[in-house]
Amino acid sequence: MVIRKKGDLSYSDVTPKALYMGRRNFLLGLLATSGAVAAYKNFPSLVAAAGPTGSVPVKLNGLVQGPYSKDNISEKVTPAQDAMHYNNYYEFGTDKTDPSKNANSFVTTPWSLSVEGEVKKPRTFTMDELLKLAPLEERIYRHRCVEAWSIVVPWVGYSFSALAKLVEPTPSAKYVAFQSYFEKKQMPLWREAGIELPYVEGLRLDEAMNPLTLLCTGMYGETLPNQDGAPVRMVIPWKYGFKSAKSIVKIRFVKDQPPTTWNITNANEYGFYSNVNPNVDHPRWSQAKEHRLGGGFFDRPIPTLMFNGYGDQVASMYAGMDLRKNF
Amino acid sequence: MIKAILTSKWTKVLVFALCLAPLAILIWRGFHNELGANHIEFITHATGDWTLRFLVLTLAITPLRKILRQPQLIRFRRMLGLFAFFYVCLHFATWIGLDKFFDWPEMWKDVQKRRFITVGFAGFLLLIPLAITSTAGWIRRLGGKRWQLLHRAVYLTAILGVIHYYWLVKSDVTKPLQYAWMLGILLAWRAGDWLYSRWTRPAARPIQRKTSTSAETA
Repeated sequence: MVIRKKGDLSYSDVTPKALYMGRRNFLLGLLATSGAVAAYKNFPSLVAAAGPTGSVPVKLNGLVQGPYSKDNISEKVTPAQDAMHYNNYYEFGTDKTDPSKNANSFVTTPWSLSVEGEVKKPRTFTMDELLKLAPLEERIYRHRCVEAWSIVVPWVGYSFSALAKLVEPTPSAKYVAFQSYFEKKQMPLWREAGIELPYVEGLRLDEAMNPLTLLCTGMYGETLPNQDGAPVRMVIPWKYGFKSAKSIVKIRFVKDQPPTTWNITNANEYGFYSNVNPNVDHPRWSQAKEHRLGGGFFDRPIPTLMFNGYGDQVASMYAGMDLRKNF
Repeated sequence: MIKAILTSKWTKVLVFALCLAPLAILIWRGFHNELGANHIEFITHATGDWTLRFLVLTLAITPLRKILRQPQLIRFRRMLGLFAFFYVCLHFATWIGLDKFFDWPEMWKDVQKRRFITVGFAGFLLLIPLAITSTAGWIRRLGGKRWQLLHRAVYLTAILGVIHYYWLVKSDVTKPLQYAWMLGILLAWRAGDWLYSRWTRPAARPIQRKTSTSAETA
């Protein structure tokens, strides 16, 4: 067990890159945030007092290596440029390139995450508390979108169970419900999303407590860029991407299966479980294969793996269940 | 002046070049690594979008030439229609070669099972006879009436194309609805034009006949 010293996570190594934003937005962002960055660098004590700012990814130091870290994973990581500029975040537009263009000014500081419901010790966490709650680990996971494309991402975070243990779920807690941030003013494209907002997701308690389930605060060695769900999101690698809610503000331990956004939108197409499963097609397309982003022009689609290749760790949770019915 | 421009050989060359621009841009982007993270989707969407745009443009020619009283616009209709066919072929080829990588059984399953692919495929098939019979020789062989009847299939293709798009999106129907509106207006104009001519012509015809017969007898 690694005990993290206070101040292990340094904000001093600020690395804003044109990579995360379009060049024009980057320059604008740079202008807007340079003052704040200077404050970070020189007067860390001022940061807490500073007003709300848009977040620029900063390097996370002292990441812990584990079974899913670089040394143990042979899979080729998707270039950051591809992973960060092609994703779904409907609050910022429905085109895959929209989030990286429209989320730049999203204000994520200060942030608080409320954990409540069937727990003995409900509490609200600040981002600082979340970042220091457990050692931050780098985990390279396959990430499979329900739209049949996939990426391999080095996420940063720790098992969700670490947070859950702190709040002590009661025996009546059977599910966990996640709620994403939603504010019309900050997300003016919400009307076109065609989904009910705020975005809500859910897991069965055992799924949430599975060590693979990641409470994620970063990717590619840095804090999360806005378009990827800054400042804190879930990553559940054996489920389709939409199960991993972004920019989480509320976590509720509950008795009954909570409603989930895509299931509300179209129950025939998106089930509560949404485990990656090559044998159960989406009604409108096959799930047998996927396109791995960042490959060559003529790369063939690759076969999709059952539970996205994490069957050894998760299949037992679904023993005896009809996965065609519980898709 | 406008007539001179519309009838100029060079205008046709220019329009032809403009119609190729979307492809040129796509190729340029390809060589400059600007097709985004998912190039297959990018190409599929670009060619699909341009197919719908060219279908809409083709269907806009007749209303425009009547409203603007520029009959010469008809010179561009076949070209625009054939470019719609050209881009749908690229769209289809992208699906076969890049998306599905020649997995024929899988594709056949998709055509049968996925309704958005079924309607898209049907729309594509319908365009083939229209492309083949687009020449002057075929107009002669079929006769103007029958040729025209056959080429009304383009209305169906356009409708199927928009449905294909509408059924494909996950939840944001903004763009498919934009095409649906444009197509709806163009088809409604035709319906209005047809009704109008039906109302006015039966009355006009007997009069015309009478005058012509009276002219003959006189």
